[in-house]
Amino acid sequence: MKNRLKVLRAERDWTQAQLAEALQVSRQTVNAIEKGKFDPSLPLAFRAARLFSLSIEQIFSDDDTAPLNDHETG
Amino acid sequence: MHSNQHDSYETRIAGTTRALAAWTGFWVATCAILAFGPKFVWDENTGVTLAVVLLNVLVGAGMVVANKKHIVSLDEMHKRITLESMGITLGVGLIVSIPYSLMDAYDLIAFDADIAHLVVVMGLTYLISTIWRVWSFR
Repeated sequence: MKNRLKVLRAERDWTQAQLAEALQVSRQTVNAIEKGKFDPSLPLAFRAARLFSLSIEQIFSDDDTAPLNDHETG
Repeated sequence: MHSNQHDSYETRIAGTTRALAAWTGFWVATCAILAFGPKFVWDENTGVTLAVVLLNVLVGAGMVVANKKHIVSLDEMHKRITLESMGITLGVGLIVSIPYSLMDAYDLIAFDADIAHLVVVMGLTYLISTIWRVWSFR
């Protein structure tokens, strides 16, 4: 599964540790998700979506489709 | 972006890890007392030995509860790492213990099969599995 977590985090100038704290997970888990080595559960994906005020599809996508950009959803 | 109403993940994990370490230390201490006490401290008094056996089991139950709370407090990736490591450890324990016991029964090994050997194998298996899975998610 692909995701835009790293980009979204960088846009807000957050560290992995800050994002991990906001999502109530470890920094290692944020790192693994950003690198695509670990797929988050649906509840964690929802928490990330709420945190960034985006839909899940704007952050996560399966390997065949790219995540939707902000402007694509209007 | 900071959540003040709950403890942070790191704080929560530190707390459950400390509790688990304390219960484990206490349990190991009762194991040592049980192993050496009857011979060196209370001259194999059956009542005292049984009391220490009971204490050892009760502290062991506390350790299990502390371990369960620790696992519940982990985030989902670390829960998965723990689950996989525990699964591998259970499997290795099973496939090693039965042949090991049979080898002793048929005198294929020069020493008695000791349960402590199995504990060491399971401990090392859990350690290696955990390190391997943590490494694979880096």
